[in-house]
Amino acid sequence: MKFFKLFAMVLPLLFLAACSSSPDKGMDGGDVAVEERGADTAGVDGQGADGEDMGAEAKVVVGEDGYAGNELNDPSSPLSNRVVYFDYDSDVVRSEDQETLRAHGAYLAKNPNLTVRLEGHTDERGSREYNLALGERRALSVRQILMLQGASIDQFQVTSFGEERPAEEGSSEYAWSQNRRVELKYIGR
Amino acid sequence: MLRQWFKLVALLIALVPWPAQAVLTIEITGGSEAALPIAIVPFGVEGYAPPEDISEIISNDLASSGRFAPLDKQDLISQPHEGQQVNFQDWRLLRSEGLLIGKVSSQDGQNFQVQFQLFDVYKAEQLVGKRYNVPASGLRSLAHQIADVVYETLTGEKGVFSTRLAFVTEMKNADGSKRYALQVSDADGANPRTVLQSTQPIMSPNWAPDGERLAYVSFENAKSEVYVQELSSGRRNSVASFRGLNSAPAWSPDGKKLALTLSKNGNPEIYVLELASGNLSRVTHNSGAIDTEAVWMPNGREILFTSDRGGRPQIYRVDADGGRAERVTFEGSYNASADISPDGKTMAMVHAVNGKFHIAIQDLQTGAVQVLTDTTADESPSFAPNGRMILYATEQKGRGVLAAVSVDGRIKQRLGESGSAVREPAWSPFRR
Repeated sequence: MKFFKLFAMVLPLLFLAACSSSPDKGMDGGDVAVEERGADTAGVDGQGADGEDMGAEAKVVVGEDGYAGNELNDPSSPLSNRVVYFDYDSDVVRSEDQETLRAHGAYLAKNPNLTVRLEGHTDERGSREYNLALGERRALSVRQILMLQGASIDQFQVTSFGEERPAEEGSSEYAWSQNRRVELKYIGR
Repeated sequence: MLRQWFKLVALLIALVPWPAQAVLTIEITGGSEAALPIAIVPFGVEGYAPPEDISEIISNDLASSGRFAPLDKQDLISQPHEGQQVNFQDWRLLRSEGLLIGKVSSQDGQNFQVQFQLFDVYKAEQLVGKRYNVPASGLRSLAHQIADVVYETLTGEKGVFSTRLAFVTEMKNADGSKRYALQVSDADGANPRTVLQSTQPIMSPNWAPDGERLAYVSFENAKSEVYVQELSSGRRNSVASFRGLNSAPAWSPDGKKLALTLSKNGNPEIYVLELASGNLSRVTHNSGAIDTEAVWMPNGREILFTSDRGGRPQIYRVDADGGRAERVTFEGSYNASADISPDGKTMAMVHAVNGKFHIAIQDLQTGAVQVLTDTTADESPSFAPNGRMILYATEQKGRGVLAAVSVDGRIKQRLGESGSAVREPAWSPFRR
């Protein structure tokens, strides 16, 4: 009986210990990756925190200007944010995304050799053709803000995928909110 | 360079063998109480047995229309295959109004002679009878053709069983990436053929009035472009790849022009492209608004389109030569994706009620709107060429499926399919 009680007390402790050790490990691993990203430009090749796109972009940027690669990939810089989100059936950039876009606009103005592809997307509701047009409209309103910071119109490729390429599958409010977006994709010249 | 690479990828995609397509099957989810009872006797066989069950295909076609109620096979009192074997009294007892009999014969298993007779049971007279010679490969389409004759004889309207459907499928690969296909099937969903396959989305297939070509939007070059493809040869042309959007193709009734949505001048507007000359004329001029989803009125002089120039998407009408657009829809805050009935009197559209998207029709003369569906994520309505049914895309358990509803709302069908999401349906014109 007593033994059983003791066992019952120890078991959750063991379990907790097991749980707490794995996030630690995970965080360690994360830290290492982040440091590499920040410090070692040569390392951008291999890092894949944001998918293959980022790796490919970073390579080109480093080829032209090593410091630029740092700035774009520094997680503390607003430039590391490459997606802005929209309200339903709206192409108005939210106030919380203005800072991000101003930073990208200024960065592009400073680096006239860079081109960015603006990909507009929508959620699945409503007509596909209308959404294709809405996605373009979103990308254009992002472009307008970037150009206000001095970026030139030649630095942009605007395209829309409408609702055809959701970031998040499903028909939940959450999925919809993630899918109403413009993605900024830097490409070399 | 990049473009070349894309072309190469597109070519490789076309060469990779793809898994067999699943077949759409029609399921009647709501029927009409006015369905006409008809006895369809299994066709007699002389010589080699045919590879297709002709009377079964005819029976399924007629039942799927919702306008006929074929008798159960076990209720058939006798199995006549020729007129002189018919005892009309038997069929009157079963309250069957029509009786279809026939036989199939073949000496070699390759060529088949098929004959049928359709009787009015109460008048005890033959309404129609025909005989055909076809190769084995033609038996299935012959069965649809006979179903069309039966349908037209008994209802006075043309049947659509020999027409085809175009639609887009989306399948997921093991690695989570997607592949898309533009397919064409028989009207009953059988016999699907892949017209185009791609790793990038495909949208908005639209039939040429001759039924031999499809226009569609493909993202294979990482942006929307419009192609025209001949079905028999698979040959295709890019007809619009301007800067910005190239989308929403719609053939003019004479097959000589395509209405398109282009944003090459900065804003999505409706244009008309003359296919032979390549001449492009702009139809709408509204820089603050999205104008898209053109559809021609059957008279070939006017175009319906979707625009948010009034704040929310509504349907407008404009002369194909341009000029002032007039608003057509006033009921509800969202009306889009118009299609027009072959007689030009009824418009089908996506109509939102409380944020749910339904298929509705509007009488263009009176303006009366009727919601036809109770499904809630409906898209892309497309009239059958006889104007009787409307095919559309909807969702079932989170996956895209096709469905159809009769213009009176009484007959409802679902075209089920396994393995992939299906959407963007377009019903073909009649075969010429």
